Amino acid sequence: MKMEMFQILNEEGKIVNTRDMPKLTNDEIKAMYEYMVLSRAFDDVALKLQREGRMLTYASLLGQEASQIGSALAMHKEDWFAPSFRENGVFITLGFPMDALYQYWAGDERGMTIPEDMNALPVAVPVGTQIPHAVGLAWASKLQGKKSVAVVYFGDGATSKGDFHEGMNFAGVFKIPCIFICQNNQWAISVPRKRQSASDTLAEKAFSYGFEGVLVDGNDVFAVYKVTKDAADKARAGKGPTFIECYTYRMENHTTADDWKKYRDPAEVEMWKRKDPVERLRKYMESEGIWNENYEKGVWEKAKVKVAEAVKKFEAVEPPKPTDMFEDVYAELPEELEEQKKDFE
Amino acid sequence: MKMNLVQAINLALKQEMEKYPSVILLGEDIGKDGGVFRVTEGLWQQFGDDRVIDTPLAEVGIIGTSIGLAIAGMKPIAEVQFDGFSMSMLDQLYNHAGRMRKRSQGKWHVPLVFRVPHGGGIRALEHHSESLEAFFTHMPGIKVVTPSGPYNAKGLLISSIRDPDPVVFLEPKRVYRAIKEEVPEEEYTIPLNKAEVVQEGSDITVIAWGAMQKVVREAVAQSKYSVEIVDLLTLYPVDRKTLIDSVKKTGRCVVVQEAPRTCGYGAELVATINEKALLNLEAPVQRVTGYDVPVPLPKLENYYIPDATRINKAIENVMSF
Repeated sequence: MKMEMFQILNEEGKIVNTRDMPKLTNDEIKAMYEYMVLSRAFDDVALKLQREGRMLTYASLLGQEASQIGSALAMHKEDWFAPSFRENGVFITLGFPMDALYQYWAGDERGMTIPEDMNALPVAVPVGTQIPHAVGLAWASKLQGKKSVAVVYFGDGATSKGDFHEGMNFAGVFKIPCIFICQNNQWAISVPRKRQSASDTLAEKAFSYGFEGVLVDGNDVFAVYKVTKDAADKARAGKGPTFIECYTYRMENHTTADDWKKYRDPAEVEMWKRKDPVERLRKYMESEGIWNENYEKGVWEKAKVKVAEAVKKFEAVEPPKPTDMFEDVYAELPEELEEQKKDFE
Repeated sequence: MKMNLVQAINLALKQEMEKYPSVILLGEDIGKDGGVFRVTEGLWQQFGDDRVIDTPLAEVGIIGTSIGLAIAGMKPIAEVQFDGFSMSMLDQLYNHAGRMRKRSQGKWHVPLVFRVPHGGGIRALEHHSESLEAFFTHMPGIKVVTPSGPYNAKGLLISSIRDPDPVVFLEPKRVYRAIKEEVPEEEYTIPLNKAEVVQEGSDITVIAWGAMQKVVREAVAQSKYSVEIVDLLTLYPVDRKTLIDSVKKTGRCVVVQEAPRTCGYGAELVATINEKALLNLEAPVQRVTGYDVPVPLPKLENYYIPDATRINKAIENVMSF
C-alpha cells in the first residue's frame, strides 16, 4: 500500500499545496510561530536545568514542535487531551502553566495540577496505556450528546502495543470521536521505526480498523493543523475517529538519561536538521513579509522572559509536605491508611 | 423475594441503571446473550445498545475505555468473563484506575466497578478458576469487595456502584446458584468497610470471604467447638476492628483462603492479628489455603480448594495447641 505524505509547507518554507492551505490570519500564523519558539525555549531551559541538577529526567520535544503546536491549535477548549510524556508543547499551547510543568518534571507531583477549565489527563508514562482512556473519554462525549472530541498523543513505539490495538479497534467499532496523533519520531529510545512494524506506514494501520489514516509531514505546522482540524470537524459531525501519523524526528535524546550517539548516525540527525519545523515556518513568514530580525529578537526575548519567570516561580515553591503522599489516593482516607499516616507523623 | 446470587446482582444492576442514566455495562457477551453466567440477562432488552454494551473480545480495551468513560462522568460497570482473563487488565487497574486521582492531583477520579466471577469449584476449563484477590488488594487506590451470598451481594454492589473510587467486585462463581436467600425488592446498601459476624462463638474465630464462607459454615455446623465466623465482605479497606475484636474474644483463629498460600490475602490478616492481638492469642493463627500450584483442572480441583476436612483439622490443631 502506498500512502502519500500530506504537505503544505515544504522544507524551503514554500507553500506547495495552496488548495489545502488553511485560512489563517497573519496574527494566527505569528501565534503558531510564537508557541513553537516558546516550547523550544521551555525545552532548552529544561535540559539545562536537568544538567545542573535542578530538574530530573526529562523528555525533550525538540524537532516535534510543528506536530504538537499544529495539532493543539486545532483543538477546542472543551476537547480532551490525553498526553504521553513528550507533549510539553501541547500543554503549553493549551495554556498549562509552564512553572507547573517544570515543577512536575522536577519530581513534585503537585505540578500535575490541571487547570480548572482544561480537560487534560495527566502525563502518562507507561507507553500507549493512555490510548484506551482517550477512547473512553470520547465515547462518553458521544453517549452524553456532547460535541467534544478526544485527542490522544503517542509515538511510533506505542503502535506496537496491545493498548493501541484495542483502543483503535473500539474507536472503529463504536465510531468514537477520538483523534489518534502518532508522532512518528523514528526512534523509540534506541529502537528504529522499522523494528516497530513491517508495514510501510503507520497511518495505513487505521484502514484495518475501519477508519481513515492520514500520513502528514509532522514538521509542517500548516499541514498538521489542517489534518487535525479536519479530523476534529469530522469527529464532531459524528463521522468517527481518525488516525494521524505525524512524520517527524526526535532531534534530542529519548530523555536526559539517554545518549543517542550510541545508536544513531549523526548524518541522519544532520539531515533532519534541514527539515526543522521552526526554521521552515520562519522562512515562510519572511517571504510573506511578516517576519524580520527585530520581530525574531522580540519573540525570543519574550519567550525567554516567560520561561525565566516560570523557573523562578517553580523554584520558589515550598517543598511538599511528606504527608501529602496520603492525599488523593481515595476520596476518603480509609481507617487503615489513616493509621499509617499517623504512624508517619 | 427468595433469589440466588445471580438474580440479586441482576436486580441491583437493573435498579441502579433505572435510577442513574450514567450507569452503563461493558463486557463480552453481556448483551443479547445475558453474559456467560447470565448475570446481565434481560438488561440489554430493557436498556438497549448504548447502555449494555457488547464489546470486542478485548479485556484491556474494556477496562481501559472504562477508565476514560468514568473520568468523563459515566459510571461504567465492566465485566470480565473469568478471573484468569483479568491478568492483562492489571496494568490498567494498577497504573491508571488506582492512580488517576493521585496523578491528576484530585481533578479526576475513576468511579468504575469491575465485576469478576471469582474462584473455582465449577468444573471449568483452565484459567477459569483463579482467586486473584491479593493482586487487587495490593493496588493502592482500589477497593476490593467480595459478597458471599445473595443478600450481601445486592447491598454491596449498590454501594460499589455509588462509590467514588474504583471497586473490584469479586463474585464467588460457585455460589452463583448454590444459595437462595430472601433479598428485598427495595434498594439497600452495605458499607464498604464492614465485616459481618455471621455466627457468634466463644472458642475460635474462623475468618473467610467469598465462596469460602459457605464451605466454612457447612464445615463447622457439626463442630464440637463454639466457632465464631467472620465474613469480611470488603477486603480493602478491611474492617479490622470486627476481626480483631473477635480474635481478642476467642483467642484463637483460623483463616481460610482459596488462593495459593504464599503472599495470599490471608497472610495480611495473620500479620494484622499479630500486630493487634498477639497477646490475646492462645495459639498461633493457622491458615487453610489453596496450594502454591496452578489451580488444577477439575479432576484434582477438589483436592486443591479448602474443604470441611481441612478446615476442621486446622480448627482441631489450633484448639489442641
